[in-house]
Amino acid sequence: MNNARHLKHLYARAGFGIRFEDLHDHENWSVKKAVRKLFKASEKQEPITVLTENIDLRNHPKDQTDDQKKLIQEERNKQEKALNNAWIKQLSETDAQLREKMTLFWHNHFACNIGNAYYEQQLNNIERANALGNFKTMLLQVSQSPAMLQFLNNQQNQKGHPNENFARELMELFTLGRGHYTEQDIKESARSFTGWGYDGKKGEYAFRPKAHDDGIKTFMSNTANFCGEDIIDMIIANKQTAVFISTKLYRYLVNEVADNAHIRAMAEVFYHSNYEIKPLLEFIFLSDWFYDDKNIGNLVKSPVEFLTGLNRQFYISYQNPDVLMQFQRTLGQVLFRPPNVAGWPGGRSWIDSSSLMYRMKIPSTILNAGVIDFTGKADPEDEAYLAAVRKQQLNVIKRVQAQPDWDKFLHDIPKNTTKKQIAEFMLEPLLNKTITDEINISPDIKTTIIQIVSTPEYQLT
Amino acid sequence: MLTIICLTCNPQHTTYNKMRRRDFLRNTALASGAFLIPTFLKPLEALAKGELTGYKNLVIIQLSGGNDGLNTIIPFGNDIYYQKRKTIAINQPDIIKLDDMQGLNPNLSALKEIYDQGWMSIVNSVGYPNPDRSHFRSMDIWQTASDSNQFLTTGWIGRYLDSNCQDCKNPYAAIEVDDTLSLAMKGSKMKGIAVQDPNKLYQTTREPFFKDLVHDHGHANLNEDNLGYLYKTMIETYSSADYIQKTSKTYTVTGEYPATGLGNQLKTVSKFINSGLQTRVYYVSLSGFDTHVGQQNQQGRQLKIYGDAVAAFVKDLKQTNKLDDTLIMTFSEFGRRVEQNASNGTDHGTANNVLVFGGKLKKAGIFNDAPDLSQLDNGDLKYQVDFRDVYATLLDKWLNINNSQILNKNFSGLDLV
Repeated sequence: MNNARHLKHLYARAGFGIRFEDLHDHENWSVKKAVRKLFKASEKQEPITVLTENIDLRNHPKDQTDDQKKLIQEERNKQEKALNNAWIKQLSETDAQLREKMTLFWHNHFACNIGNAYYEQQLNNIERANALGNFKTMLLQVSQSPAMLQFLNNQQNQKGHPNENFARELMELFTLGRGHYTEQDIKESARSFTGWGYDGKKGEYAFRPKAHDDGIKTFMSNTANFCGEDIIDMIIANKQTAVFISTKLYRYLVNEVADNAHIRAMAEVFYHSNYEIKPLLEFIFLSDWFYDDKNIGNLVKSPVEFLTGLNRQFYISYQNPDVLMQFQRTLGQVLFRPPNVAGWPGGRSWIDSSSLMYRMKIPSTILNAGVIDFTGKADPEDEAYLAAVRKQQLNVIKRVQAQPDWDKFLHDIPKNTTKKQIAEFMLEPLLNKTITDEINISPDIKTTIIQIVSTPEYQLT
Repeated sequence: MLTIICLTCNPQHTTYNKMRRRDFLRNTALASGAFLIPTFLKPLEALAKGELTGYKNLVIIQLSGGNDGLNTIIPFGNDIYYQKRKTIAINQPDIIKLDDMQGLNPNLSALKEIYDQGWMSIVNSVGYPNPDRSHFRSMDIWQTASDSNQFLTTGWIGRYLDSNCQDCKNPYAAIEVDDTLSLAMKGSKMKGIAVQDPNKLYQTTREPFFKDLVHDHGHANLNEDNLGYLYKTMIETYSSADYIQKTSKTYTVTGEYPATGLGNQLKTVSKFINSGLQTRVYYVSLSGFDTHVGQQNQQGRQLKIYGDAVAAFVKDLKQTNKLDDTLIMTFSEFGRRVEQNASNGTDHGTANNVLVFGGKLKKAGIFNDAPDLSQLDNGDLKYQVDFRDVYATLLDKWLNINNSQILNKNFSGLDLV
């Protein structure tokens, strides 16, 4: 039993939850073997390629009519939807679930919210390719991606007119954390990043020597003619970066309450492996403390984890996947639309009266062909679209139109499994008596299953 | 809210209900204490309606998308306005003049009467240092009341709830009339509640399965951990839904409201206020103000929806003697650039006006100087009033809580109410 519980926990955290079919295969695996298999399954690279055109690179005529502008705005909206759908589909169907889980982590760590979905796709693929690779490599690629250059205004960072936005967030949110740098460090490093930009005609990173300040800078007590790469080297050489990332990862994978001893140990591993992410993850998943009772079933699923978990568990296919974006909006997390560069705060902030009720209702609307009449608020970035199309509301989908594969789901449940065992398998926290009572009196197996996924317990992982 | 067709938990399925009730009774013998209702559910029923007069309400109306303040409260007395807005300026004869400098957009005609009664105040040039022109970020700043380089994860009303003051101990102390809850309403411990329709919310929470989870949950589930937090939220929602539905249905709104989304939302707020709901803060939003293209018609439509609904609401409250106890504040995440763009629209700007309504304004009318259109910051208005000074005023003088407790530093506030 304990081994099964540990495997279940591992799959809940390193992926999006275990399925009955997996349990069938893996029952006798050791944790070590399961970790190895998880990495093996995530070796393959599956970049998202749904968007093939960068709309910004079109030759836009100078005097567009209002209708032409509106058309382009609609195209942008379509691209955003397509990108969102493509990632949700990948999250829900891929075997490389550890890679996707970590891509989701980096998506929130390097939070970016811009109007160009093509650049967002590019950034997302950088995060996916490096999700289990080297942090420094990823940091450099992220920093030089058009998406981030645009979002944090490094495009406008020029010699004589430094824009400090990127330099500040690089240290505050991406690497060191508050309190580990000075305002002077921000000013000096911003000068070092002058000239980093992207070519608006090609949509690629381009260093502009003329815009670069090649004077002497003093950064963290070192003085030289630093360029941007030098600054990143020095930040990486600072162990605090390993501590900062380890803390954030601990909160994502283990427990929202930081345990300093465990985090220190993680940071040592991370730092001494030159910021390789795989050894750090292996260290976490193979540590005894990862399987402590207090670390099991205590994290609030993000809306995307919640939806992905459901999709995976029940092999759901959507006739109109746009409904998934409507769910994301309602639950407060639309992929590619983090509230700011600090990302979604996560944890309990996902849960309020209405979001909890939706979370407890959505599974039955999906699994039981229910009707919905909620929309969620328009995203602030949708306002231009709404104004252009003269509507105050986004189109609302009323029917979920989803097909769960009940046959497959039910077929994979081992014979003679009791209802209670099913609930124990599908819920991470320990069962309380109410849940046990409820499912024991439910009239049929489908009702039991729907009840299980409509509980507060199901919100936790 | 949402309704679902669900085989397992149809409330009209009486045999199921009966069966469940029997089981419920049988099981209580085993689960000791299952009938104990948490204490915070109890006082709700004990409230008498009469004791609630003089209960002060704050109603916040958010205009999403960045409303063009210069075409809302129009500085027609300044030539620069007409120079910079060749095709989208409002013609002088159409403007409803308030003084010799500023006037209302003609679509706000319904507000003229309100203004003349001394129930409206216009605060010009409200903003913050180092303004951000992204919708997301600027809305974030307004809702969390942060500095522009600071990231807060709680909203300013949410922090008011967290302060555990006498009137803000329950989630329904702050109600957003909407499907979902805005960041402004989320604190770290406490959060407001989103109620679009009290009946729907009630029915949703009363489906037998949820009902059982609430009543049979057992004390183990109310620990300090996340599971406890989820159960506590569920139980509070359950009890709030009951309280809001039962209280609000005792009152029927008599005022006439326009049949618009905002009209309906404010009508719901009126129902809540007049039925004596113990709610201090109401929050509603109106979308569609991001007018980059063809602004005049689009903004005109939205302003008409806004002006008509607010005028109806204010008159209704006056009628029911609640206007003196109510303060309405309207904001948008930013104003727009002074100069129009090439598409007969305007792009994202900075400072903007904030409109305040109420029966007891200290300074009705135009509160401060019209925006300075000649001293611009890179084509944008310079802010004269920090939006947190507006918040501080509301917190100190209306919600009776020291603003520094909520805004993390002290703001001196305005002599507005």
